[in-house]
Formats: sequence, structure tokens, C-alpha cells
Amino acid sequence: MELNQGELAGRQRILGAIVLGVGVLFVFRLFQMQITTDEWKNRAERLTEEQEILKPTRGLCLDRHGEMLINNVPSYDLMVLPRFMSNIDTAALAELVQLEREELDRRLSKARRYSRYKASPLLRQMNAPQYAAISSELWRYAGLTIRTNPVRKNVFGIASQILGEYREVDREDMNRDSRYRLGDYKGKSGIEALFESDLRGTPGVRQHLVDVRNNVRNTLTEMDSLPEPGSDVTLTLDADLQRYAERLMKGKRGAIVAIEPTTGEILAFVSAPSFDGNLLTGTTRGAAYDSLAKHPWKPLYNRAVRGTYRPGSIFKMVQGLIAMEQGVISPRTHINCNRDIIGCHGAHTQDNLQRAVVHSCNPYFYEVMRRMVNQYPNLDKFDNARLGLGWWTERVEDFGFGTNLGGHVPGTRPGLVPDSSYYNKLYGRRHWTYRTIYSISIGEGELLATPLHMANLAAIIANKGWYMEPHLVRDIGGKGKPPKFQVRRDVGVQASHFEPILDAMQAVIEDQTGTGRRAYTPGIVACGKTGTVQNQNQADHSVFMALAPRTAPEIAVSVYVEYAGAGGDWAAPIAGLLLEKYLNGNVSDLDRERRVKGATYPLDPQFADLQSNLPVP
Amino acid sequence: MRSRRFNVLSRLDWPTLIAVIVLVLLGWLNVVSATAEADVIWDMDGKAGKQLIWMGICMFLMVGLLAVEGEFYIRTSVLQYITVLTLLVAVLIVGKKVGGARSWFGVGSFSIQPSEFAKTATALMLAWYLSRDGRPWRTLAARLQSVVIIGIPAVLILLQPDAGTVLVFGGFVFVLYREGLSGNVLLLGVSALILAVLTILFSANESWYPFLGSSTGFWWFLFSVTILGACTLMLVRAATLPRYRKRTTIRGALILLAGMAFSTGVHLGMENVLQRHQRERIHVLFGIDVDNPDADYNIRHAKAAIGSGGWLGRGWVQGPMTAYGFVPEQETDFIFCTVGEEWGFLGSAGVVMLFVFLILRILHMGERQRSPFTRIYAYAVASILFMHVLVNVGMVLGLAPVIGIPLPFFSYGGSSLMGFTLLVGILIRLDAERFSVLR
Repeated sequence: MELNQGELAGRQRILGAIVLGVGVLFVFRLFQMQITTDEWKNRAERLTEEQEILKPTRGLCLDRHGEMLINNVPSYDLMVLPRFMSNIDTAALAELVQLEREELDRRLSKARRYSRYKASPLLRQMNAPQYAAISSELWRYAGLTIRTNPVRKNVFGIASQILGEYREVDREDMNRDSRYRLGDYKGKSGIEALFESDLRGTPGVRQHLVDVRNNVRNTLTEMDSLPEPGSDVTLTLDADLQRYAERLMKGKRGAIVAIEPTTGEILAFVSAPSFDGNLLTGTTRGAAYDSLAKHPWKPLYNRAVRGTYRPGSIFKMVQGLIAMEQGVISPRTHINCNRDIIGCHGAHTQDNLQRAVVHSCNPYFYEVMRRMVNQYPNLDKFDNARLGLGWWTERVEDFGFGTNLGGHVPGTRPGLVPDSSYYNKLYGRRHWTYRTIYSISIGEGELLATPLHMANLAAIIANKGWYMEPHLVRDIGGKGKPPKFQVRRDVGVQASHFEPILDAMQAVIEDQTGTGRRAYTPGIVACGKTGTVQNQNQADHSVFMALAPRTAPEIAVSVYVEYAGAGGDWAAPIAGLLLEKYLNGNVSDLDRERRVKGATYPLDPQFADLQSNLPVP
Repeated sequence: MRSRRFNVLSRLDWPTLIAVIVLVLLGWLNVVSATAEADVIWDMDGKAGKQLIWMGICMFLMVGLLAVEGEFYIRTSVLQYITVLTLLVAVLIVGKKVGGARSWFGVGSFSIQPSEFAKTATALMLAWYLSRDGRPWRTLAARLQSVVIIGIPAVLILLQPDAGTVLVFGGFVFVLYREGLSGNVLLLGVSALILAVLTILFSANESWYPFLGSSTGFWWFLFSVTILGACTLMLVRAATLPRYRKRTTIRGALILLAGMAFSTGVHLGMENVLQRHQRERIHVLFGIDVDNPDADYNIRHAKAAIGSGGWLGRGWVQGPMTAYGFVPEQETDFIFCTVGEEWGFLGSAGVVMLFVFLILRILHMGERQRSPFTRIYAYAVASILFMHVLVNVGMVLGLAPVIGIPLPFFSYGGSSLMGFTLLVGILIRLDAERFSVLR
């Protein structure tokens, strides 16, 4: 075992090899950490570089005349920096910020868990008066600061269902679009969501170097960019008309849609009951949302595009027009008012088209549709009904019914124009004839349409045979209107056929005995048609469609008031007031206005109480 | 003995001296950066300024060391050793407690750490003892006495407690190896290390094991090792010639038993002897989850600092991790992070290679001596430097657990700088006299 000195000297090489080996191992490890992977580099960047996101100003929403509908106002977040919050009087603070003591403690400890050096919000989105109430006391508490944040303000508190909500993003939003980070806001519904990409703008960034205590120590200017503000969106709405329409619908359930016929621009878009959208922001949101969501009248539900109703007698215009185009009737065709087939009202026996419209004669339009459907003399009544209805459905869909009209408006529904396959499913093949389905001839039965479809019908009549898809946007950031909203669609009925219809609709309003007499305003030549949609065991829906002035129409409107009675009683005066307001700028017949404003429908004692609880403007 | 007139300057080993000077200067630049005081370098109250004073003192110390005849060091070896032992005992009694360890004498605003000088004194003592009469390594008594010489200061330092410095004393095994200790000792060390690592890995987490249910993996590990070892033993036995069989079986069984005992010892030591933070540091090293989220905070930030260096680094005093206080203890034990971040791969690999060069050069110096004293002392110096670099750099690179010992010549601190100056200065002087020594 004893080694001589020479052999022991050889051990120098072994020790040298160990030293060199460790050196090489370290160099290899350094190469791996510094060169081959970015893992540590990224970790260091996460620790030392803090990105400050410079939020862009969100685009405004303007009405068609440039009046502001939504603008940005400051809100105030009360921030807490836990590092400085050592011995504070939490009881007094709880009283100041009006939080339960436990809730305050919970939020404070949450902030502490998040970071001792970074500020966390204690109270979010106080408005100016709330901030003013606590600002004078804040100096007592070290570590409390105020951060201002722009929030959206619905200037008049109108059109809340369609303007939509601007809210903090949730996890799902962040997963879907990586540009959203915790605490960001985005348009969640309505116009705010629809034009989110235009409104939001592009955020800027500023890079900071921070130290271990999160103090900013340096700025890396080469990475910085400035925020680009979002584009303003100009809507087609007329703020005055919208506000007036909402006021008229107060206390009622239903919808109003007003359209500029030559452009398809939606002037007013009311779903009643409406509410002040500002209640759904800031500290009031929780309570307001609860009361709106639980309210049996469903104020959050946009009836103008989601409410599918039977259109009633206003649909007779469509029947008359396509029948004339097909040639099964002419304006001079007289048809017996045979009340054995279908009920009617008023004293008339054998009307022509114009009188049938004025009287809203049901047997007349029963016969008109029968002639359109049973158009094949060689076939039996089942095949006739099947093939005839197929043809008829296509004609009606040309008017926009049964289609997703205004499809860009969030939540639109197509309604229903039943076709042959629908009835085949309902009754079975060759188990139905025209006699089975005739209710749809007078706009009842299975036929369903939204108030938007009905206003569009008025626009088609105003234009004598065409329409542009109803839409809400006029301009985005100065780039003008998207071209898809400037396409003229023909309904396939020649313009001359509209004259007798317009004559009749004018008579509905102007005749002493016309059903739409309450829509009459001296000096305005308006055309209209009432609808009284029957409900089992309940009051009828009151429906009216109108356009004015007859030559060069500027506005077409549909009014739908649920469970209010005859079309002439409530929908017609509302429509009349709207026409006058839009065309003249003011209303002359104050009695008519007072009568409408004072009315509350549905007449149900259960709802009378609820009415007062609604957070309406 | 053997002193002739000679000019010490002409015989100095300049490569070693220059390497040391370069390391000290680089170290100071990094201390300046790490203390974020680039604008107050000359302020003598700052750490960079204090270090500058220490550097001045050490320069004079080095000149002094080189001027003294080597014979003086040899003759005072025992005295130095006893003095240091006295100081080590004293520091346990009157030392001031810093960070849980009683390792410092406080003198005004300066502090002195006697364990830094204990390394030099022990190296001298060992060299003196082993070179007394030619080849002392033969007797068992001499071997045991060598271990005692190393052991006494090591135990005193362990009592402070300062585990890192004790680990450095472990480096003396390389000296003993050079002087005749069986090479099996090194193999044994490596095997023990592997066994210890396996034991720690298996014992770390509770999970479900056959026959034992939910428990730490230790007992199952021990069981498997026993079965595997027994099977191996049977195979080896069958393959051995019959006349050697008995001896092989007994030896194998003893090795197996020793291994099991060692493994159990490691397990119990981890559980019962080590303090919580030490256990966590070891677990962090092996990537084992620890309950305390801050347990790997230091090493995480240290690695991030080094890893962000890239090829050329961020530049002197430009490293944000260093400048903004993310790296803990960054002017002392974690000084290498600053090198990594600010000087990049080229700089930090260069520093590593400079250390390797220095240590290899010292080994070379040791081998060219006629005097066994100088040879043994040189090997001791090389081993001490090697252990420091191994543990310190290994720690910041995440290859060794967090153990606080300074990087030689680099780390901020007067005691450490003086201790290493002493260590190397004596060697250079002894080496310069190598031709004056008669065999």
C-alpha cells in the first residue's frame, strides 16, 4: 500500500483534473444559464421591468346631430398601499367608506396578500360626489391614495339597452383576447360591445425599471409608445326623439322603432320599460342590476329587436301589395265581407282594397290570401296550399319578415314567417290546407315579427318598394358608414301599387271615422295603420305603424304597446306625437301628450307597485 | 538551514501574484457595483471605500509577508495555530452575534472574523506536522493526529456555527490524499455523496408505497437498497473463486451495512440535526417543493441575475438586478451574481477560469518544491481556494445548497481579504526560497 514519492507526485494530475473538471462544469453551467436559455433572463425582466400601460381615451358615442350620447368622465378608486397601513383606525375607516367592518378587513388583508408594495383598490369607481364626501378625511390614513379612472357616462341616461354596458373584463374575455388584462374594461353589450374594436383605441406602454421594493428607478424610453385614442362612433339615433319616445313609453311595456326610410337609419329605438344605464356602473351596479334582472317586466330585455309579436292588421299591407303584384286583385277589386268565415268589425259589406284597409276588413284579406295560395287550378287543395304557401313565404321574406333584419344590432331575432315545411311538421304532410292556416292572412296565427320588422314595413311603404337594412351607425372615426348599410333592397312590388295603400293609410288617420284618428296632427300628411292583436283572456296589444310626410317621407315608425287595447287608442297617439316631434321639433297637442304620458299598461294591479320600483330616469 | 543570499523579487512567482492582484481589482469593481455606490466610491464610509482601505492594508501586508524569511513561518506554525485556537475559543465567548452565528470580534466599526485566519494557521500547522521527519504518514498515530489538527478548529467553528467554513476544512482531505491517503477515500466520499443525495430525494415527500401505505420514501428506499444490494452480493459471490468467497461475502456485507447505516444517519440528520432553513436550502437545491414560499427566494433571484447576463453582460453598474437590490448579500457571498449579470458569459467564465488557473498554478508550485513543508502548504492553499470557489460559485449557479462562504479576493470584507492575502503571501515567499532548500 505504501507509495513512493514519485507515485504520489502523480496524484497532482488527479487533483488538477478535479479542479479543471469543476471549472469546466461551471463554465458549461454558465453557458447553459446565460446563452442557451432565456428562462433566467425572462425571470429577471419580470422582476425588474414593469410595464405601465397607458390607457387610450375611449371613443365617444354621438347621436346623428353630433350630440354626445356617451362620454368619458372620471371616477375615483380608493387605493391602499399595505406597506404604510400599519396602525390605522379601521373602525373609523369603515364608517368613512361605508363598508362593514368585516368587509373592510377582508379587503385590506386581500390587498396585503397581493402585494405590500403595490397598491390595490379598496373601493372602486366612486363618482365625484362620493369622492368629495371622503376626500377631506383621507389625510388621516397613511397609505390611502386616490386613482382616477375614466368611466362611461350615458349623458341623458337613454337608450340604455342598445348603448350597452362597459364593464371590467372577466376571465373568459381575457382567455379569448390576450390584449385584455385583469382590471381592464371593455364593452360588454350593445353598441359598446359592437364597436369595441373601434372605440377602445390602442394602449401605449411605458417601461420602468423597478427595484426590489417596487420603486420606479429608471425608464426605458426606447420601448415606449403613446396611446392612440379610440374612434368616435356616430350613431343614427336622434337623441331628442329617443328621449321623447322613452318618456312616452314610461309606465308601459312595448317597443318603438323609428327609421329614416331613405337611408334605413334607426332614429329611435325604445324598449319599454327602459332604465338609466348609469345605474349599472360604479358602486350602484350590484343593487341596480339585481333589481333590473329580477323585475318581472324584464327591462334588460330589448323588445325592439328581441320581442317577437304577432304583427296584426298592419300585416294586411303586405298582403295587399303582393296580391296586386301577382295580379289576383286590383285596387278596384271588391270582395264580400263574409263574416261566416272570419270575424270582422264595423259596418261595411263589399269593400275595395282602400276601404278594406281603412275598415281593416278581415274577410277581404282572407280572400286575398286564399287567391294567392290556391293559385294552381290543376292541383288539389293540399298541394295548392303547400306550393302556394311556399311562393307566398318568399314574397313576404322579401319585405324583411322572417329574416334577421338589422343583424348587426346585438340580439336581433328573425321572427317567423311559417312556410310549408313548418306546417308539415305541425300537422303532417297533406294534412293541412289554406283553411287550416288562414289566420296568418291577417297577421295573426303563427306569424311573428319584431317591432323593427314593423318599422321597416312602414319604411318600405314610404319608399314605395325598397328599403335599406335598418342600422344604428352613421360614421366610425370619420371613415363614414360601412358600405353594407348602403345597399338598396327591392321587395319586388312595383311603385304604382303603393298608391292605393298609401291612400288608404292616409285615410286611416285623416278620416273622421279612421281607426288611426288619434295619430292625426294638423299640417302633417301622415299615413298609418292600426293593429289590434288579440290575446286570450287579456287586453289586446295596441299596434301602430306610420310614415310622414306622405310625399318625401322622413320618418317611418312602429309602436307596440303590450296589453293596452285597440291600436287606435294608444299606439296611434304615440306614433302621432313622435311624427310631430320629429318633423316639427315640438308638440302642439298637449292634451294628447298628457293623456299618453299618464297611461300605464298592462292594467294589472300587481304591476302598478312594481312600476314605482323601477330605476328609470 | 540553507539560507543563501538571494533577491526575493527575482524569484517571485509573478503569475500567481498577478492573478491575485487581478482578482482583487475585479472584485473591488464588482463590490462598487453591488453596493450601488458608483458615485461615492471615494467615500470611505461606504462599503466600496472601506474595501479600498482593506486593499491598501493588504498591499502592505503582502509586501511585509514577502519580506519575511520563510523560516519564520515554519517556526511559528505551532504558535500561530495555538493563537488561532485561542481566538476561536474566545470568539465563542465574547464574540458578537451576527445573523445567528458568533463569529466576529467587534473592534469599533471594524469587525474581525478569526475563522478566516484559522485556515492559514491550520494549513501551516498541518504542513509543519507532516514534514517533521521525512515521511510521517506511515503510522496510524500520525494519521489520527493529522485529523485532530484539522478537526479541532473545524469543531470550534462548527460551534459558532459556521457550516460553510467547516466545509472548507473538508478540503484538507486533498492534502492528505497527496501525502499518501488511500485514493479509496475520495471514491468513498463520492459514493457517500451519491447515497446521501438519493436518500434526501427519496425521503423528501410523503406518498403511497406498497406495504407501508402513506409515508416518506425513506424506509422503502432502504428496503429496496437492501434487497438490491443482497442480490448483487449473491451474484458477485457466485462469480468469485471459492477460496475468496468468504472474504468477499463478509466485506460486501459490511459495505452494505455501512451504507444502510450512513443512509439512515443522513435521513435522521436531515430530520433532527439540521435547522429548518438548512433543510429547506437542501430541498430547494434538488427542486423539492418546500412549504415556505421564500425558501428559494435568494437562489431564484441569484440565478435570474446571472442568467440575464447573456454573452457580454449589462455592463458595469448597469445590471438592474444588482443595482436595485434583488440579489441578497450581493457584495459578499453572492458577488458572483454581479459578475454574471454585468460581465456576461465571457466575464464570468473568465473569472472562473482565472480561479482555475490560480489553483492549478499553486498545485504546480507545490510539486516543484524540494521542501515537503512548502509542498504540503501549497496543496493546503490550493485546496482551501478550491473549496471556496466550488461552494460559492456552485451555490449561485444552483449546483450546491446555499452555504455562506466568501469568494476569495472578490467578496467584500476585510477579514476574508486579509486571510487570503496571508494564505497566498506566505506561499509565494516560501516558493521564492525553493532553490535555497536542500533536500
